[in-house]
Parts: sequence; structure tokens; C-alpha cells
Amino acid sequence: MIAWHDSPVVIGGRTILHRVAFRAKAGELVALVGPNGAGKSTLLRALAGLLPGAPKQDSRRVAWLPQGARCAWGLTVAEVAALGRIPHGDADPAPVERALAACGLLELRDSRIDRLSGGQARRAMLARVLAGEPAVLLLDEPTADLDPAAAHEVMALLRVRARAGACVVVVLHDLGLALQHATRMVVLADGRITADATPGDALPAAAAAFGLPYGLDKRPRLLPPVR
Amino acid sequence: MRAALAVLVLALLGLALLVGATGFGVPEAAILWELRLPRALLAALIGGGLGLSGAVLQGAVRNPLADPALLGIGGAAGLGVVLAFYWGLGLAFAPALPLAGLVGAALGCCVLFAFAGRAPSAPSLILAGVGLSALASAMQVLALAFAPNPYALAEVTFWLMGGLADRAPLHVALAAPPILLGGAIMLRLGRGLDALALGEETAASLGVPVGRTLALAAAGVALVVGAATAVGGGIGFVGLVVPHLLRPFLGERPSALLAGSARGGAALLLAADLVARAAPLLLPLSQEPPLGVLTALLGAPFLVRIARRMAP
Repeated sequence: MIAWHDSPVVIGGRTILHRVAFRAKAGELVALVGPNGAGKSTLLRALAGLLPGAPKQDSRRVAWLPQGARCAWGLTVAEVAALGRIPHGDADPAPVERALAACGLLELRDSRIDRLSGGQARRAMLARVLAGEPAVLLLDEPTADLDPAAAHEVMALLRVRARAGACVVVVLHDLGLALQHATRMVVLADGRITADATPGDALPAAAAAFGLPYGLDKRPRLLPPVR
Repeated sequence: MRAALAVLVLALLGLALLVGATGFGVPEAAILWELRLPRALLAALIGGGLGLSGAVLQGAVRNPLADPALLGIGGAAGLGVVLAFYWGLGLAFAPALPLAGLVGAALGCCVLFAFAGRAPSAPSLILAGVGLSALASAMQVLALAFAPNPYALAEVTFWLMGGLADRAPLHVALAAPPILLGGAIMLRLGRGLDALALGEETAASLGVPVGRTLALAAAGVALVVGAATAVGGGIGFVGLVVPHLLRPFLGERPSALLAGSARGGAALLLAADLVARAAPLLLPLSQEPPLGVLTALLGAPFLVRIARRMAP
């Protein structure tokens, strides 16, 4: 379980988040959607306890993956994943192995992360989060840079985590992914929550936030992989 | 690899005892204990400290171009020592020189981090270092221009060139405690520096006290660089070159480079000092080339190489 219902967040004189009440429970996969600058990343940081003045979170329980996460050095994929064990202060190889396997990185374990494709590097960063085996996963656009199949794979992986009892909050730009995989969709616009419902019910608010029409469409489209 | 480096350091230490102004071979006891051993120990201590400082700074600012001298910390320490020389503090009270170096290095670290802001990006930090270097060397020149007498001018100039000639056991006693303390502080930062590879916010989300880690890194670097500069003068580039050379062997994880960089730095400076000592014996030179010049000759091409590799 993770929650935020605190005073407004003002950065540089601009109110990024108004009084926002957000909570996510174990077993949920919450998609956080909204236009650029709506405050999604700030809300995720607030939940992660990273805003100045926000209560610190237990790093063993809550893991955060920033947008465009990057590693300054050419660590190997296995070394990057092992960084996820830092909160636990151990070098337990078992969770690291499980994380690498879950992200399909076992063959790439000894490759340097700065020599991987964007999508592979992104999965390595996700493996770092999973290696800590946190109860709460806060992920900022984990599917950016991924091709559609890989994006669905990551979302399916997160769904499995949620079903196993984790609480997953994901910032997504791809409303299709949110509709297909999330158990709940929260729409943010101008620092306010304008909808908080099942993805289907929240879609009108999401469309309004983006200023886009919505409706049924019979044209061919990509479907999530069949399992 | 780390064991091999340790063996290399020990071998160079042994070799360093066998080369000196009197020629090659085992010297008489007085020379061995009063001159060669202190000099070899200082080369190992200062080289090790600078190598470790480079690895820690690079990890802290996430940039392979970071080096105590390049970021102006060495220059600030040098300014402190020049001022101590200038007012004759070193003659009155021997530990005044390393203390002045320490104060200079600590102020340099503070200015550097304040200059670059709360969350320094690598380019802003390096530019701040360039500014600090220029400021420190200008102030050093100012102190020299107002030198009280030609003797003081010559003494300071000679010291600024960097070198370990004619160092006595007193110098070891002055430099060893701060360098060992700074080294001990920095060797414990591995986990924090590893986490910082993912950025300061992610490191914080992993439960690493980022501010404390950076402050300890600055304190460790200041202790080492202050004492090393006070005793050895301006010796640069060791911290830049050593981690760079070791990455292909030890991997890129900052924590994996700390102990290795200390050993590698000790080996590098012992070897450079051996070259400095052997040069007048083998070449028609009237005196030793300054050690700081030798490390700069080695390091400058590395700087260009690393910078070029970083360019997109």
C-alpha cells in the first residue's frame, strides 16, 4: 500500500501538484496517465519519498524507476541488477537471478549496459528494481524506448507482480497499454486528479485531458500477445 | 588483479630503496633510513591517496574526467601551502604546511560544490573546477609577486613543481596521518558510489544518504590532497590516469575500483619517482626532473584521450 495526500507541491513558484489524494493497494496495477507537465512524475516522486520535506520511504519496501533511467558507467547487466540489493545490504544472488530471468536478460548478463540497445538497457533498469523484491513498484515510463512486443511483455510482467501481491504504479504515455493491462487508471491534468476508475471508465477523462476525441473504432489494430 | 597490483607496489618499494643520488645498489644505513625509505613511503602514500581520490571523485561526480588537480582541489591546497610558506608558518611550526594544505583543499571542495549548485551536473562541476584552478593559480602568482625575498620565491617555486627529493622522516610523519585517515574514509564509500552511478535521486531511493556520501567523499579527498600537496607539491593526473587504466581489468563499478586505484596510484607514483631519480644517473641532467612534470607528461595525453572518447 502506498499513499499521498499532502499539501500542494510547488517547485520554482509553480504549483505542480494541487491537493492530490492518491492511494494504491497491494495487488493493483495503477496506470498514471495525463499530458506532459500534468504532474505524473512529481506524484511518483512524492510517493517514493523523494520530494524535499516528504516522508522518506523504506527503500526495501518501495522501489522507484525514474524516467529515462541511466547508468553513468559501463556496468554489466548483472551488476546493474545487483544494485537493486543495496537497500538490503546483501549481495544475495538468487533475487538478482530471478530478476534477470524475469526480464529475459540471462544471455545478456555479462554485456555492458552502455553497449545495449535502448530497449535492452531499459529492461536492465527494470531488473534492478525487481532484484530488490519490493512490495511497491513506482515506475516512470518503463515502456519508453520499447517496441510494442517488448512493451506488452513488460506490462505483462508487472501484471504478474501485481497478481502476486505487489502494488505497482506506472506512468504511461501509451493509453492502449494502460487500457489493456492496468487494473486502474488515474488521470492527472494540471496537477489535479480528474479521474480514478477502471481503465475503461477513466478513458473519457483521459481523452479530455489530452484534448482528443474517443470512441469505438473498427479499423485493424495491434492486440496484446495471446498467451 | 588487485593482488598483482599489491605485489607490484611492494616490488617498486624495494626497488626505490636501491636507487638514489649516490647511484644504484644498497646505500649506507643513514641514507637508507633517512632519505630513501621516507621518499619511497611518501611516493606510495601520496600516489595511493591520489589514485583513490581520483576513483572516488569520478564516482561521486559520475565523470571519468574528474581528478583532484583538474577540479582545482590541488590548486586550492597549493594556495594554502603557498600562503603558509609566504608567512613563514612552516618554519615556525612544521605541521602548519599540511594543515594549510588541508584547509585550502577543504575550502576548494566547498567552493567547488557551492559553485556547481546543489545537484552538480558533470559539465558544470568541471567548469567550476577550471574556474577554481585558474583562481588558485592566480592567487599563487600574486603571493609570489609579493614574495618577501628572492629566497622565499625560489623555495616556493621549487616546491610548486612537485617532487619528493630530500624528504625526511618528518615529512612522512606529517603526511601519513591525514592521508591514511582520508583513505580509510574513502574506502568505505563503495556502496554509495555504486548507487550514485544511477543518479542522485535513484541513489536516495535506494536508501543511500547522498548528501552524507558526497560530504565524506569531499572530506576524504581534502585530507589526502591537502597533505599530499603540502609534502609533495603539485603532483597531478595520478587520480585521472589510474582508474582509467584499471577499468578494463576491474570493471566499471566504482566500488570495484577503490582498493585497486589506491594500489595502482602507489605503483604509478613509485615508478614515476624512480624515473625521476634514475634520470640524472643515466642521462646528462644536472638534477632530477620534477615529479609533477613527469606525471603531467604522462597524464595530459590521457586527458585528451578520455575527453575524446566521451565526445558523442
